Amino acid sequence: MASQDKPVQAPVRHIRIQPARAWVALELQELWHFRDLMFILMMRDIKLRYKQTVFGVVWVIIQPLIASLIFAVIFGRFAGLPSGGVPYLLFVYAGLLPWNIFAGALQRAGNSLVGDSKLISKVYFPRMVIPVASSGSILVDFAVALAVMFVLLLLNGWQLSLNLVLLPVFTLMVLLISVGLSLFISALNVYYRDFMYALPFIIQVLMYASPVVYSGDLIPELVKPFYAINPMVGIIEGFRWSLLGTGEFPALPLAVSLGIGILLFIIGGLVFQRIAQNFADVI
Amino acid sequence: MSEIAIRVEGLGKSYQITHATSGYRTLQEDLRALIKRPFSRGSDAPRQETFWALKDISFDVKQGEVLGIIGRNGAGKSTLLKILSRITKPTIGHADIYGRVGSLLEVGTGFHPELTGRENIFLNGAVLGMSRRDIQARFDEIVAFAEVEQFLDTPVKRYSSGMYMRLAFAVAAHMEPEVLVVDEVLAVGDAAFQKKCLGKMSEVAKGGRTVLFVSHNMSAILTLCKRGILLEKGGIVLDSDSNQAVAQYLNTEELSSVVERPIYDSTKKLHIYHATLLNHGKVTNSFATSETLTLQIKCRVSQRIREAQIAFDFATGSGEYLFSSTHQDFTGEKGELTPGDHVFECEIPLQMFRQGQYRIGIASSVPNVEMLDFIEQPLVFEIVDDSSPMFKLGQERKGIIVPMLQWQISKASEVSQKETVGLST
Repeated sequence: MASQDKPVQAPVRHIRIQPARAWVALELQELWHFRDLMFILMMRDIKLRYKQTVFGVVWVIIQPLIASLIFAVIFGRFAGLPSGGVPYLLFVYAGLLPWNIFAGALQRAGNSLVGDSKLISKVYFPRMVIPVASSGSILVDFAVALAVMFVLLLLNGWQLSLNLVLLPVFTLMVLLISVGLSLFISALNVYYRDFMYALPFIIQVLMYASPVVYSGDLIPELVKPFYAINPMVGIIEGFRWSLLGTGEFPALPLAVSLGIGILLFIIGGLVFQRIAQNFADVI
Repeated sequence: MSEIAIRVEGLGKSYQITHATSGYRTLQEDLRALIKRPFSRGSDAPRQETFWALKDISFDVKQGEVLGIIGRNGAGKSTLLKILSRITKPTIGHADIYGRVGSLLEVGTGFHPELTGRENIFLNGAVLGMSRRDIQARFDEIVAFAEVEQFLDTPVKRYSSGMYMRLAFAVAAHMEPEVLVVDEVLAVGDAAFQKKCLGKMSEVAKGGRTVLFVSHNMSAILTLCKRGILLEKGGIVLDSDSNQAVAQYLNTEELSSVVERPIYDSTKKLHIYHATLLNHGKVTNSFATSETLTLQIKCRVSQRIREAQIAFDFATGSGEYLFSSTHQDFTGEKGELTPGDHVFECEIPLQMFRQGQYRIGIASSVPNVEMLDFIEQPLVFEIVDDSSPMFKLGQERKGIIVPMLQWQISKASEVSQKETVGLST
């Protein structure tokens, strides 16, 4: 049909539509192209989250604070666990900061695709935008919690060190891990809603497998190899090193975090991209 | 202007239908299959059948061409548009699109009732593929077009349905893609709104952009499109000028007095699963003007919905809307629907209509907030001559409808006498 007509060349955007393939590239440039959508969806999530709450941002402050207080009393006071000379409240709070990014991102992203099924069945955009935006919305909570951290440090007369410079790097690393895992879970949740029920439980188990409420020094030799591959270990220790200035720079655990983070992101992304091709048909 | 904008070659899409008799699938079963063959979701399940929603579709669209795609429900129109909009992938074949694609399969996609008009403009614009800068640049135009200036910072859940639709369409109307793919978006909203949409659409069509347009409204197809493709059972049966395509479509259309859908649809709060045309309790697709048509709609509500309403629209055979009605026409109350199955019935006297084909479309929505479900003009029936004197009288008159109205006659002198009496007391 009309074979004498030559398709237009060069500046015109060309899209080829073809059947689903076994593996699709991560298409991060496409994700970047839709960054405005990602940002706006993130803003939507944030606005909706606090729109009809009376205390709004107060919840963001209170939740980690109360949790830290409880952990500090139980593990620091009652159990008398060591915290390397740091007040137990500060110790736990610094650990909860990255942990809450991880747990929050996973929880929000997990159900995000199902929640936006109307968008998925009516418009095109890289599907990754949705879980990434949902995970990203946790950063607002993090910013508030971080501000509270500084207040706590100030109240305790704690001296900040130059180690703080690396905090943004650690934050990016925990995002990498969280988003990678979020992609995986959100995609599978489209097929098996079981994940939404299992997730809170899994997150809780993982929390006790990470040095959030206790110090990593307490880990017995026997479990160390398993403990060492947990990517959150390096991150949490990195946060404590950076904010509290205690201990040595956790070089090896951080290297593990970065390596596993990249791996999780790539695997999560590839699995997501593969499954995403059929979202509109199954969601 | 003979360059190609869209080239479709051998496109097809199949779905796997699993028969209910094969029983439940459990996560356990799937896990076992997953371990054996990752990602091939249950392709070894026994009772599966392949259904081709679209098969062997090939056509070219030149730049600046406006192509109408018509066909009955289930002919594959929506599947074709979904593939070309990159929402879903084809099973075989491929398509090339040259130029930025904008697709509009629904107005107001992504609108959130809790967000304000302003926030929704940005959200919806971004969803349609506009950058924040694009939206910013056209913001005033969009607001002016939608006529919602005073309500920009009001959550859209407080908008009237007219305002909501205007805003939703305004955003869509201001995206400027090179290739525009539009599904039945004119189907919703009132007559004035539809006129506005149609006006904007023809503006777009004349502006040299490539447009793919799906509609049940044949007069809209004829106005907007020069070329028409008629789909039937997933294949192209005719690719010609739109007059011919529309003529063939109307000729081959069968009457249909029942729509049935699967009774369960978990994605919807309200799911219309059955609609039928009845004459004294009997299903039929042919009525005499002296008879009364009963439209029966059954829906399943899965959760409490406040202010939900069921509505239908009544159109001529060529898809021009005559009127619409909702189940709250008389009560005007904003009731609520409780979970469970509901049956709605509406009686439509037919004596005001001419002989010919008519269509009824069904929809449910929470006005101003969301569309719950709709079936685009699935019911087609005919009104026939019952050779009553009333009918004959009607057919000789002018107009699309021929109502018989009650008149009062009295002597002019009596009227003036009454008036005088009235004045003197």
